[in-house]
Amino acid sequence: MIGRSGVARYPVLIVIAAVMGLPFFWMVLTSLKPNAEIFQIPFVFWPRHVTWIHYVHALQDAPWGHYFFNSVITSVLATLGQVLFSAMAGYAFGRLRFPLKGLLFIFLLSGIMVPVEVTLVPLFIIVRHFPLAGGNNLWGTGGTGLINTYGALIIPSLVSVFGVFLMRQFFAALPQSLEEAARIDGCGELKIFTRIMLPLVRPAMITVAIFGFTSMWDNFLWPLIVLTNARLFTVQLGLASMAGGPTGTTNWGALLAATVIVTVPMFIVFLVLQRYFIEGIVLTGVKG
Amino acid sequence: MAGIVRRANAPSLGIRVRAALGVWMRPHLRRQALTAYFLIAPAIVLFTVFTFIPMVETITVSFSNKSLVSASTQWVGWGNYRTILASSSFRQAFFNTAIFALQVLPLNIACSLGLATLVYGKFRGVGWFRTIFFAPVVTSMVAVSILWTWLFNPSNGLINEVLALLHLPTQAWLVEPHWALEVLVLLRVWKGIGVNMVIFLAGLNAIPREFWEASVVDGADRARRFWTITWPLLRPTTFYVLVLGTISLFQAFSEMYVMTQGGPMGTTTTVVYLVFNVAFQEFRLGYGAAIAAILFVVILALSLVNLLVVQRRMRIDY
Repeated sequence: MIGRSGVARYPVLIVIAAVMGLPFFWMVLTSLKPNAEIFQIPFVFWPRHVTWIHYVHALQDAPWGHYFFNSVITSVLATLGQVLFSAMAGYAFGRLRFPLKGLLFIFLLSGIMVPVEVTLVPLFIIVRHFPLAGGNNLWGTGGTGLINTYGALIIPSLVSVFGVFLMRQFFAALPQSLEEAARIDGCGELKIFTRIMLPLVRPAMITVAIFGFTSMWDNFLWPLIVLTNARLFTVQLGLASMAGGPTGTTNWGALLAATVIVTVPMFIVFLVLQRYFIEGIVLTGVKG
Repeated sequence: MAGIVRRANAPSLGIRVRAALGVWMRPHLRRQALTAYFLIAPAIVLFTVFTFIPMVETITVSFSNKSLVSASTQWVGWGNYRTILASSSFRQAFFNTAIFALQVLPLNIACSLGLATLVYGKFRGVGWFRTIFFAPVVTSMVAVSILWTWLFNPSNGLINEVLALLHLPTQAWLVEPHWALEVLVLLRVWKGIGVNMVIFLAGLNAIPREFWEASVVDGADRARRFWTITWPLLRPTTFYVLVLGTISLFQAFSEMYVMTQGGPMGTTTTVVYLVFNVAFQEFRLGYGAAIAAILFVVILALSLVNLLVVQRRMRIDY
């Protein structure tokens, strides 16, 4: 608070930062130690012989190329859908007049706080009985539907109620005169949306994109249920299957190297787009 | 959010019908309405199929004995709910989740509020500190779970090594019924501090500096300033963090799956972990849906509290 100069808080902050950063630091240190040092008693803190062998093993042990490709393609496509459909619906709810608007918006909002954990069972049934997919007929029987396809990850995530809500708030806050002038000039409704309004809400679109992407990238429970084919695993599933639970691996060097490999890209994205991450959280109070 | 729900002087049905008809009579309004329906169509359709119908179906499936392995499904009325009430595994899972949340929330709020006051304002390096405190938030739960399993590894983990150096008793942590949930609590606190620090920071930034300056003039010390000015003014923020935190803690699953598989002896089985086990390991979809429906009621109640109390008091109009 005020009355305390910046200098006085440095020692406290440095100690806390060291403690909070320690797990990451220890992960990197371990991944660079040869096995002899990882399991040495008494333990060694700094690696005496830095080695990259665990990274080589981690990359050889599992098809990380596949995992990254699967994670990137599903996260990017779902995010594109969320940004596009959120902007479209947000604009309509925020700026256009149409019958049943209030009712339809309340209908959408009814799902804003419902997490996938609650709807897991029926969602699985719907995805499994998706018509004309995975050997299913038009009535959704006979095959496995979208199970073990990218579609199982992407299609249910194409829309985000939170995204629609956020975009609506942004559009509603823009001055009314903007489209009045364009309408008088005879500009079509869709053109007003794409040419005039959309460019003005770019920050909101970036926020929706970041939330969509991080939540897709970090998602674990849903992919765990709908993917059994290891070639379709996302990076999170790949990591978890490598860990194998409490009685799992003892090959800690490779496992931690893999964890570093998975963690670093997301961290770089965060460093580049930090401002939008923080603004998004202040705006919504949730982590994507 | 409150701004949308609160509608003063809602027009009567007659007026609304006439207004709707009016839209179709006038070409420019009709164009606008048609554009609007076109724009909302994808969101409405996808929402209906993948969120709304599953929401309703959670309830209907919960009254059946639907299974993933047998084709025949019968209605069993309240049967699943009766089984749940009599089941010790549900009671244990609910209890675990509640204990988990009750430990994480106060620790998290104390730590994140404390950190927020430390990184409040502008000084050299403040950005670096905020970034470090926020780093666990942007790391996936699966990744940090692996990290923490290694930290708390009984034979070579850093925690036990440090305890041994200090001549303190070491533990088997994640395979120890008394300790496993506590490790998961610490992990959640560590992972969640960044988010709430940012929210509290926004709350602190919204307090006019004059309040503190005036109290300095009046001779109040730091502790007094905190308890008489900062804490009461942050109360809506705290409540908001509390409600949203409870909702997200009731969804805990990933770290339990990766670190403990719900064990030892069921001490880290959460409600969602139980749903996963029952529905997708034992293939009892109906029973799983019934547990999910109970979770739904809990989350719905918390959301309503959030909507009615918190959002109104915070006057968030975004």
